[in-house]
Amino acid sequence: MKGGASDPMAAPTAESGPRAARAGAPVRRKGGPLAGESRWAILFLAPALLGIGLFSLVPTIGSLLISFTSWDLLAAPRWVGLANYASLLADPLFYQVAGNTVLFVILYVALDIACALGLALALNTQVRGIGLFRTAYFLPVVTSMVAVSIVWQWIYDPRYGALDALLRLFGADPVHWLSDPRFALPAIVVVSVWKSLGYDMILFLAGLQGIPLEYGEAAAVDGASGFVRFWRITLPMLGPTLLLVGILATIRAFQTFDAVYMLTQGGPRRTTEVIVYWLFQNAFTYFKLGKASALAYLLFVVLMALTLFQWSLRKRWIHQEEGA
Amino acid sequence: MLAGGKEAAPRRSPGQLGTRVLAYIVLTVGAIGFVAPFFLLITTSFMHYRQTLIYPPEWLPHPATLANYLAAFTMSPLFHYLANSVLVALCTVTGQLLTGAMAGYAFARLKFRGRNVVFFIVLTTMMVPVQVNLVPLFALVAQLGWVDTYRALIVPDLAGAFGVFLFRQWFLNLPKELEDAARVDGCSPWQFFWRIAIPTAAPAIATLGIFQFLASWNTFLWPLVVTNSDSMRTLPVGLAAIQASMHETTNWPLLMAATTVAIVPAVAVFLALQRYFLKGLMEGAVKG
Repeated sequence: MKGGASDPMAAPTAESGPRAARAGAPVRRKGGPLAGESRWAILFLAPALLGIGLFSLVPTIGSLLISFTSWDLLAAPRWVGLANYASLLADPLFYQVAGNTVLFVILYVALDIACALGLALALNTQVRGIGLFRTAYFLPVVTSMVAVSIVWQWIYDPRYGALDALLRLFGADPVHWLSDPRFALPAIVVVSVWKSLGYDMILFLAGLQGIPLEYGEAAAVDGASGFVRFWRITLPMLGPTLLLVGILATIRAFQTFDAVYMLTQGGPRRTTEVIVYWLFQNAFTYFKLGKASALAYLLFVVLMALTLFQWSLRKRWIHQEEGA
Repeated sequence: MLAGGKEAAPRRSPGQLGTRVLAYIVLTVGAIGFVAPFFLLITTSFMHYRQTLIYPPEWLPHPATLANYLAAFTMSPLFHYLANSVLVALCTVTGQLLTGAMAGYAFARLKFRGRNVVFFIVLTTMMVPVQVNLVPLFALVAQLGWVDTYRALIVPDLAGAFGVFLFRQWFLNLPKELEDAARVDGCSPWQFFWRIAIPTAAPAIATLGIFQFLASWNTFLWPLVVTNSDSMRTLPVGLAAIQASMHETTNWPLLMAATTVAIVPAVAVFLALQRYFLKGLMEGAVKG
């Protein structure tokens, strides 16, 4: 009856002209909204709208306004127009931070997708104990990044840590994982992937389970090897999931903060100084709130583009499913 | 569909057997990689400090001791952090459930002007990353004089678009006949909501409850920004403070004991409500 019910995003967009259409629906017509129904609606909506409005909507608009000011939180904000954006774009450090962030995102997304897909493929072979494996991989997802970082800092400890102890077994020299400019960023990537891998694996698993088994079996009868079947059948059919996971992982990677704060604080030699960490420092260490807000909005534009892209994909994907 | 495929297929070809062996190897190596850090966390938490300074490292506590847990609770404000985390999580879960269910019900079942526009605006706030709102939110909370109070930790998190969205989806599927019958009986929307809609919504309540609990329990950036005294810190910020206070000579067993205390409630809640969490996760990512 309600076409939009299963597709949340269709509802708002499909709404442009449908007051009349709905009025024509025979089921619910007994003289418009019931007496007092909109008054009830106000009562039901007030708490949520107040909270979301005051603590989400207002700050989002406020962030944009603050980005046009010079403000240290003590004196009154001073309007400076686009000066914050201009000085960011003229700052070599901005490009270094952006470069670190992009490098982090690329390494993270690549490693995350490779591992999550590999594990999901293995889980999808109808092995026994699937629930147990799934739970094991999922534990880090529900653990706070701060706790995870502390454990990994112990693992990475160059004197007594487990990782270097393992390496020494193979005769390798100890590595100062978190204080060596060559290894610090990759070390944080590994921790981040370890933390979120289980989530993406579940998404891949759902995608894999949506592929009809008959396809692979028909190809197997035709003599296609497992490898060929993976490239020719599984991977193309997994396309939408791959894109979805890729975008979600990218968004997540751009927002990295906790691990950097806990493990390296942007060092060594600013090699792990990523955008949100720099934003945090500008806002709460240097009290340059205007500059921090400009940074936040640049990040926002990138993430919003990614999110809109993902929403449009998801919409298309659901329509495909419904059509099938 | 899976069962149907199985029937039709020949039981197991040699190629499939190889694949399965490979699958088990990948999964086992993976599982070890995922469990090992937790193993290290737990074992280290039962070690004496001296044992962590031995080379080559020893993997099992010998002799095992509870001293680190005792020390974590007596010598650091761990108990205070734990109590704060519990309080903040309980308040925000309750708040999100109430505001989300009420607003979700209104968007799904009540008719009012501008319903879809308002719902769309609510949805757009889901798109905004928390970091974008961080500075103005802090300025607002500072203006209200809430810095380093429970209000700063709780009030901004009492309502959220995800909860509204989740409950709207749920209540859209309520059979209309229920509503009609209730109307005939002279039930107000308020009575209908509490007596009929809410009792059917247990799965949605569980899903949002566990989501908000874990989000609240694990969140770091916001409490880091708005708290500055031990009496207000939640566990993640508190752990960071304990770690920072150790400087060069980290007492790993003590830190591991405190970290274990911080992790256990989240893991327990997850294990108990896993089903709802995974379901909500799929809805959030794939359909929602």
